[in-house]
This record gives sequence, C-alpha cells and structure tokens, in this order.
Amino acid sequence: MSFTVPAKLEAEIDELISHYPQKRSASLMLLHAVQEHFGYISHDATEWIAKKLELQPINIYELVTFYPMFRQEPAGRHQIKVCRTLSCALGGSHKLHDHFCTKLGLDAHKHGLQTTPDGKFSVEFVECLAACGTAPVMMCNDDFHEGVTSQKADEILGGCK
Amino acid sequence: MSQEFRLILKDADQPGYTPDMECYLRRGGYDALKKAFAMGPRVSPDGGTVSGPEKVRKEVLASGLRGRGGAGFSAGLKWSFVDRKSGKPIYLICNADESEPGTFKDRQIIHKDPHQLIEGMIISCWANDVKLAYIYIRGEFPQGAKLLNAALAEARAKNFLGKNILGTDYDLEIHVHRGAGAYICGEETGLIESLEGKRAYPRIKPPYFPAVLGLYMCPTIVNNVETLCHVKHILTMGSAEYAKLGTPNNTGTRIVSLSGDVKRPGYYEIEVGKATIGELINDPAFGGGLRDGRKLKAVIPGGSSSKILKAGEVFKLNRKGADGQMTKVDVPLLDLPYDFDSLQQAGTMSGSSAIIVMDDSRDIVECLANLGEFYAHESCGQCTPCREGSLWISKALHRMTHGQGRKGDADYLVNIAQNIQGRTICAFGEACAWPVLSFVKKFKEDFEARGAADEARNAADK
Amino acid sequence: MSTPATTDIKPAPAAPPPIEKIKIKVDGREIEVPKMMPDWQGKPQPTTMLQACQLAAQEVPHYCYHPKLPIAGNCRMCLVEFGTPAMGPDRKPVLNEDGSSKIAKSVLPYEPGTPRGAIACATPISPGMEIYPNSPATKQMREAVLESLLINHPLDCPICDQAGECKLQEYSVEHGQSQSHFVEAKVHKPKAVDLGPRIVLDDERCILCTRCIRFTKDIAGDDALGIVNRGSYSTIAAWKEGAFDNNYTLNTVDLCPVGALTSKDFRFQMRVWFMKETKSLCTSCGTGCNVIVGSREEKVYRYEPRQNDAVNSTWMCDSGRLNYKWINRDDRLKDVVVRGQKSTWAAALKEISEKLAKAASGSVAVLASARQTNEELYLLSKLAKKLGAVTDSVPRVGEGDKLLVSADKNSNTNGAKLTGIASAEMGSNLKKIADGIRSGAIKTLVVFGEDVTKHGIGADLLAKLETIIVSDILPNATTATAHILLPGCAHAEKRGSFTNVKGRVQKFMKAVEPKGDARSEWEVLHELVHNVTGQNGFSSIEGLFNQMAKEVPAFAGLEWAKLGDTGVTVPI
Repeated sequence: MSFTVPAKLEAEIDELISHYPQKRSASLMLLHAVQEHFGYISHDATEWIAKKLELQPINIYELVTFYPMFRQEPAGRHQIKVCRTLSCALGGSHKLHDHFCTKLGLDAHKHGLQTTPDGKFSVEFVECLAACGTAPVMMCNDDFHEGVTSQKADEILGGCK
Repeated sequence: MSQEFRLILKDADQPGYTPDMECYLRRGGYDALKKAFAMGPRVSPDGGTVSGPEKVRKEVLASGLRGRGGAGFSAGLKWSFVDRKSGKPIYLICNADESEPGTFKDRQIIHKDPHQLIEGMIISCWANDVKLAYIYIRGEFPQGAKLLNAALAEARAKNFLGKNILGTDYDLEIHVHRGAGAYICGEETGLIESLEGKRAYPRIKPPYFPAVLGLYMCPTIVNNVETLCHVKHILTMGSAEYAKLGTPNNTGTRIVSLSGDVKRPGYYEIEVGKATIGELINDPAFGGGLRDGRKLKAVIPGGSSSKILKAGEVFKLNRKGADGQMTKVDVPLLDLPYDFDSLQQAGTMSGSSAIIVMDDSRDIVECLANLGEFYAHESCGQCTPCREGSLWISKALHRMTHGQGRKGDADYLVNIAQNIQGRTICAFGEACAWPVLSFVKKFKEDFEARGAADEARNAADK
Repeated sequence: MSTPATTDIKPAPAAPPPIEKIKIKVDGREIEVPKMMPDWQGKPQPTTMLQACQLAAQEVPHYCYHPKLPIAGNCRMCLVEFGTPAMGPDRKPVLNEDGSSKIAKSVLPYEPGTPRGAIACATPISPGMEIYPNSPATKQMREAVLESLLINHPLDCPICDQAGECKLQEYSVEHGQSQSHFVEAKVHKPKAVDLGPRIVLDDERCILCTRCIRFTKDIAGDDALGIVNRGSYSTIAAWKEGAFDNNYTLNTVDLCPVGALTSKDFRFQMRVWFMKETKSLCTSCGTGCNVIVGSREEKVYRYEPRQNDAVNSTWMCDSGRLNYKWINRDDRLKDVVVRGQKSTWAAALKEISEKLAKAASGSVAVLASARQTNEELYLLSKLAKKLGAVTDSVPRVGEGDKLLVSADKNSNTNGAKLTGIASAEMGSNLKKIADGIRSGAIKTLVVFGEDVTKHGIGADLLAKLETIIVSDILPNATTATAHILLPGCAHAEKRGSFTNVKGRVQKFMKAVEPKGDARSEWEVLHELVHNVTGQNGFSSIEGLFNQMAKEVPAFAGLEWAKLGDTGVTVPI
C-alpha cells in the first residue's frame, strides 16, 4: 500500500521541523500531525516520518508505543476519553465509563480502547486530564467536557454526527 | 477569614476577558517586559557593570520565588546554576505538561491568559540570554496548544518576539511542543528527552543536570507555567513588594487546585501560607466544606504523589516564639498553613498545590488502588525498581480490591514501596512509593481488616 | 572507537604528567585512585565509584554498565551506600575528636534515617569519600533490585542457553535472597522473537539493561534496536522481525547479561559449562580479533571475542565469529598421501627431504599462504633460501568496514612479508613461478594452504611438474594433483602467531586435537628444514618463535612469553 502525504500536510510538517535545531525533535509534532490527518499511525506512516526526519523507523516506533495518545489502529470517528484517575473516580468516572459502554454496546470492564463496530465511537479510560475540580471529566476528540452527568453524556453522544 | 488573593488569575476570570492580545494589553500587558528591557544595557557580566538581565535574575532570586511545579525549589537559585560560560546556547523550556493527578492550575493560565505566560517567558529568556525557548504542553491540551500558538503569533506580530524585540538587539523565538500523554514528561529531564524526540526517559544526574547538560546537551532552564508567570509580577512589583506576599520563605501567591469530596471544588489563588488546609476545605470562599452528613477522612495535600494526611492528625511544627526562639508546636491538620515549609514539616509536601479531599464514605484501599494503577501505567520503565515495583504494587492492590487480600498485605506493600523510593533515576520512584507508604502507615487497619476478611471468606468458601 | 595500544614497542615517550590522585576509602580501607580514568571511549573522565571499587578489588555487581558502552544507569544493581566528609555551616570539614574528617553518610533527604545509595557506575568519587560496597544497606539494595528483576522473569534456567554464564544466576547466588515476596501473576512477553538472521530474543528473560541497544547504536553504528511499549511491559525490538542484521549483531549476545539474546548458531548446541575455553585469534581477515574458542571433545562450538584494546576492544564481526565450521568438516584432509597411496609422515618426509636436498638451485618454487603462522612462514622462508627457490603468497582483498573488518582477507599478510616469503608486492611472483614451470626451469612446487589453480597455475602447468608437494587442510584442485599430500592443521589445532594488519604480533593456543594424521605444519617444517639445511632448530613453539625473533629483523626483541595474551606491535 502506498502512503502519500498531501502537499498541504507536508508543508505543515516542514514548518514544524523548522522549529527545532535538530530534526529529531519534531518527532512528536509530526506524529500528531500525521495522526490528525490519517486517524492513526500506520506502519507506512512510521517509515515515512522516520525518513522525513532522517531516522530509523524503530526510532519512531519507540515513540508510538511509549506515548499513549498515538494509535497504531484507527479509532472511532468520535473518541471518548474518560478520565480514570482519583479525583474523577471519586466524582463518578467509572459510572460514566459504564454509561458510555452500555449505551454503545461495549464491554464496561475493559479499560483499553474499544471501538463500536460501525467505527463511529471509541471509548477508553485515560489518566488524569487535569480538570479535577469539575470531575468527572472527559474529552470527545479535541473537545473537553466537565462535570459530565449521564444526561450530559447522552447529549455529547447525540451531538456526534 | 481567609480570602483568595488573585495575582496570576487576576484577570483570567473577569467578565469579558479573553485570551487575545488586545485584552491583555488593555490590562497593562507586556509593560513588565518593557520595564525589564529598561533595566539597563545588556552588558556582559565581565564588563564590570551589572547588566539588565543580571538585575532581573537578582530580582527573581530576591523575591524568594519557589518553583510552582512540584519541588518548590528556589527559581532564582535554579537560574544561578546555569552554565553561562559554555559557549553553547542556553535554552528555556516552559513545563506545561500539567499532569499530576489533582492539579489543574496551569490549565487556567494557558486557556484564559496565555499572554501572561508568554510575557513571563520572554522576560525570563531575556534574563538568561535565551534565544530559543519551547512550551512543552501536554498532548491532552489541544485547545491550549492552539491558544498558545495564536498568542505567540500575536506576540510576533507586535515584535514582542522575533528579531530585535522592541528595537533592542535581543532576538527570541518560542515554539509550542506537544506531548502525547506521558506523565513522566513532567520530570524535567524526561521532558527534555521527549523534546529531543525520544522516549521520555529521565536522565541520570550526575552528570545530566539540565543547567549544564540539558536540551541538546546545552544549558537549559525548565520552569513551570505558574512560576514563569510570577516572574512577570516580580518585575512589575519589584522583588521587595512581591516578597511581602505570602509568608517568609514562602513568598508570593499560589493557585491551589481543590478536588474530591468538597462542595466547591475548584482553583483558588491564595497568598502562600495565608490560608490553612482547614480553611481551604471548609471556608465558603474556598471548598465550602464537605458534602452534608459527611466527615473528613483524609487529605492528599499536594497532588497524588504527596503523602496523604489523615483527619485528626496533629503535627509538630517549628514556630518562632515571641522570644525569637524556635519551638515545636502542635498543629492539627486543619490548622496547617498551606505553604511549602509547613507541609514539609508535616511529613508531606505541597507539591503541585493540589488538594484531593476524601470523606468518610471512601474506601482507602480502593483510592490507593486507583493511584497504583496510575503509577504503573505512567512508569516509563527505564529503571528496575520503578518499572517492576510500580506494576507489582498495582497488581497487589488490584488483588486486594478484588477479594483476594491477605493479612500481611500492608507490610507486603510497604516492602515493595521502600525498595523503590530513593533508588530510581528520577523522583517518580518517590511519587509512586509515597502514596503507598503513607496510605498504609496511616490507614493500616483498613488494609489489614480487608485482608483478614478476604482470608476468612476465602477459607470458608473452600 | 579508540583502541590505544597497550604494549607497543616504541621509543620511550617523554615522562607523562603526574597522575592526580584522590584518597578515598573503600570498605574501610584507604586507597589512592586516579582522579580521572578512561570512559567507554577511552577519554579521561572523573573516576567513578565503580572504577574506584574495582581498583580496590571490591566487586560491585552490575548489569547495564559495560566499560566499553555509554553509561545508562538503569539497572540499579550497582547502588552502593556511601558517605562524604561532613561540612559545617562555614563550608569547612567537620572533624572527629581524633582529627579525622567526620563522614556524613548519604541519606534520603526526606527520611534521614534511611541510607540513600548512589549508582556506582555513574557517580564520580570525591576526596575523602567513603564507599561501603558490603554494608547491610548496600546488600539490601542489591537484594531488592535482584528480586525486582526476577519477579517477571520466567526462571526457565534448565532450558536457557545462558545458564552457566548468566549474571542473574551468578548474582542470585552471591547477592540474592532465597525467596521472593512476589505472589502476583507475572507479565508475559513475546518468546523466541526472530530479531535478526542470527539472533533470537526472549523478551521475558530480558532485564532491559539496553546494552544491546547501546552497542548497536554507538559501536556498530546501526540504530536498529529500541524499546517498545512502556513500563513493565517494555520490550526490546527491531522495527521488523528479522531486521537486526548488521555484521556485528552477535556481540549483543555476548553483551546480554541474561538469556534474552541468544545466537541461532549456538542455541541448544552445548551447555556452556561443558566447554573448554582456549585463547585464540580469528583468522577471517587481517585484523586478528582476539577470540575464545569454545570446544568440547575435539569439536569447536563457538568463537567469542576476547578483550584486546589494541585490536578489537571486546567485539568481533559476525562473519568472523561464524567462520569456524570448516574446522569440523568431515572432508578434512586426514591422511598423508604419496602418489595416491596412503602413507606415513616418516616416509613422506624422507622422500621430500631427499628430493629437496638434491634439487638444483632455482628448480623449486615455494608458494606459502599468508594465512599461515609467522613460525611456519619463517621456516618455509629458511627452506626456500637454502633451495634458492622463488617464493610468494597470494593476496586476498575484499571489503573492509569502519569498525573491525579489514579489506585484507589474509590473517597474516604482514607475517608473510616480514619473514620474506612473500614478494614485496604480494602475488607478483606468481607469474614468475608459472613461467618457470612452463619453461621447465621449475620442476618442484611446494604449496602450503593455497589452491594454485585459482592463481594462475592451472592443471596444465601442474602436469608439467616433476614433483608437487602440497600441505593443506581441506581438499581442492591443487591437493588433488599433489604427488605428496600432507594433512595440515587448523589454527585451533596448533599453536603459533600471526602479525595483523597493524603489525600486532599475537599468539594463539591449541583448542582441539588435529584430525586424523594431521600434524602442525611448524613441526613438519622444522623437520624438513633440519633435513635439508642441516641446521638444528627448536622443537618447541616457544623456542622456535624466539629463534625467529633473533633472525627476522622485524621481530627483533620479541619473546613468545612476552607476547602475553594480547600481543605486541612491531613496526611494519
């Protein structure tokens, strides 16, 4: 399978690389840019990024497997990340996670990323999202939601097209 | 009764206040930078005269500012360690990887008042002859990264950044660098490795002290978001005025993140040491007390890594008597002043100034299991005691919270944790050991009772 | 990579600057150690606690530390308790009543009753420091690290190739505890990962010391390995299965302190404790990497590199390491054969001696191999001189690399040159020999270890010769035409020395017995030289070498015994 990076994305990537005295520093930013565009970091994408930064693919693969935000498989179009850590747990995050899983037909006991068969939603527990005062909190893609009740959760799901 | 004292967050929550440059300038934004630039020529330290940058560094040292990230180390001293004679560029990195569980203060600054951070950074960079700086922001703040990028673009347009800033010979560029979900990037050498495009493995010290061998093996300053914002206010107020805020050796203000079982969780900026833990939990201006019918069980005072304090504990604190002599005084938990030194004397730390409150409905073993899972997940895996010990702890706690506890589990946990603290490459070892050591020490009966009950039930089931 | 010569013969250098020393105490004993010592690249760096302990003959156990690799500091096995002179508020040392410095033991800042260890591998010493490599606190730290390393380890020693040379085993005996506290489920990781064409990885046995990663990146220059996943689930990996494929991969097997990385060639072949270890050399190129030959019951099972900082540091290439199987080949020449009939050494040597003694000057040509030993070439040279023979050797040029592999594929080109057996431009006499045979001037050809049919002396020319005397190890077109065929020895079957491309004269020892009737070439040649020249020589390799050193100017001053294990460099 050939892997092509559109000119616009590559221009953005070249700009990012210019921010650093050493190309390798741009690794995380490139991974973000590529994942935002393609939805995940494929095998080919890893090789492409490595080549772009004059690195070995293993150098990039080490990062993909270290930083939890990077995925090697596509996730749902709407990714729900529920904060799992203490303050949110005290504030009901397990109930919230259960709620999403039940609604979407997923296994509430699984912590890792789960995607609905139609590819619309992914649900996962993540560690502290740094908004502990408004627990439980979650992200749906780049949008942040605080004080998420079951009702609010349903609204968030409903708002996902 | 204690009240908030808003210095850093003075504008952030004002009606109509936006993260825009316009808004910031209307409130006197970037005046502190201009004041810094006016402090004198940028003469080299060898020239005999005290240069402007050096004056700023002295101001920061004199202000008593302590790092707001977690360790509470003097910011001025940290700057003084920078190797200025290496001939290599000096870098500054703003640590915006806010991820200590319980902490959500930097988020407020980044999302609501990004220019304050940028101004603080520019002054700090100028003071340290930094030409290139980064803001390392955690990956889970995508909007924050966008806001910062927009603010940096505005600052460039106004020539607060770029070449010949405001007509001086000073050039500076700042870029936003996004993390990707690894707590260990909050550790400054892990952060540096991450910024170099590697796994965030903290470096061994010696020899890799950032002030000498930091980013790209060049001298590097890593400061927290809130710390850098304070630099701006030290410039505005002057170090003497600034040092009047707070209490001796605990100067300035601090944003406290309050979460857990209180009526009004949220962030509250206080003069350091001018409010007690009790006030922060119970006063209407702060936490507003526990939920009705609930009693306090425990407080994690400085982010999840700090040692837990138990309701009713009394601490021996050094206090200066009327005669000037230091004496030990009994101070109950709720009367502990919320500052660096008092919490240290109470055997814990103010850390990232994040208070997590637990009421009497909470199962302490479950709470520790939650944190154990966090640390096992976040251990980078580089060095043996933490890599193996953090997951060991988490597995043990998982077993204990799933009906398979044993009578000896309290000591079992303590043994694992003691073999982590002080033996690792970075302070994550302490971060994952301290909750275990303190939870078990202070709530040993909860652990033992659970183990005994499980053993009895499992024996009966056989 | 820096490879400073250790025992070069050179004009005495100017007196070196005095070495600055530091006084410290190790395990209660005062010792003066240099302030600076070489780091992994040989550059002077502040002496570490580990180096100081080694000087004090105190072992500090370690996994990730390796003297030839950058320091990682990750295994924590070398944590030691220590103390430094206590300083008063005036920054002056606090003294005991007897005037000695009061020592402040390092403690946890937040728990002053608990010792704080330092990793000896990366912590520089300072004046007055005290290191406690055997204190209860140090021992407890080691025990705990070992316990942690073993909680997720499969403990499959009975089927592990590393058993017997495993640092987990050794340190468990010396520093471990007999029981683990661990009652949880172990982490499971990939088994038998095909890391590269020559390497298999068992991730469950791996202790993540990263020696393999550092070696391949910083020494071999191939950034091929990394760690994937995180925390306790971390594993060593290459980008793709089988992708770890440079010519130095097998060094990672040596470096691996546990049974995680194993050699496909060696795994499941032999329990290491049954093997005999013999100091030897690799013969695959002119570098002359020092090796240990592992053998059992006259069979060679493996080569491993042996440290020689003047030659190969502690490494060797994969191609050289695996180039031992020919020694064990079934078709090795085992018999003395005279005109197609199995014969005896006595009969063959008698016939050769008589023929050569009678040969007219210039009617004999000697083709020696630049893969023979200095001693053999020296004897052949003596013989040739007596016979007025035209002589030469065969050059072998291939590809070299930046690390160890030489473009010269002969193991002893310099030996052939210095003993005078090879022409000034090696191989340039081959044509002369061919022409001599063609013209009938050369009637007898003596060949050692070369197939001349591949070097311009084809079957047609060989057919013109009256006598063809051949010594070799394996059959080839030349051995097939020999009138008198002498079975020779692999270097692992005899003793001798080579001179490498940089002039390093290095000796090797006998690992296994020769095959069949094969005899060391130097013994045979010694007899021939005696018979033909009438000169008596030495019948031991030591005496022979010392005699050679007296007669061959380039080797002047050398003695067999003084070559030591790592050799001596001569001007070339």
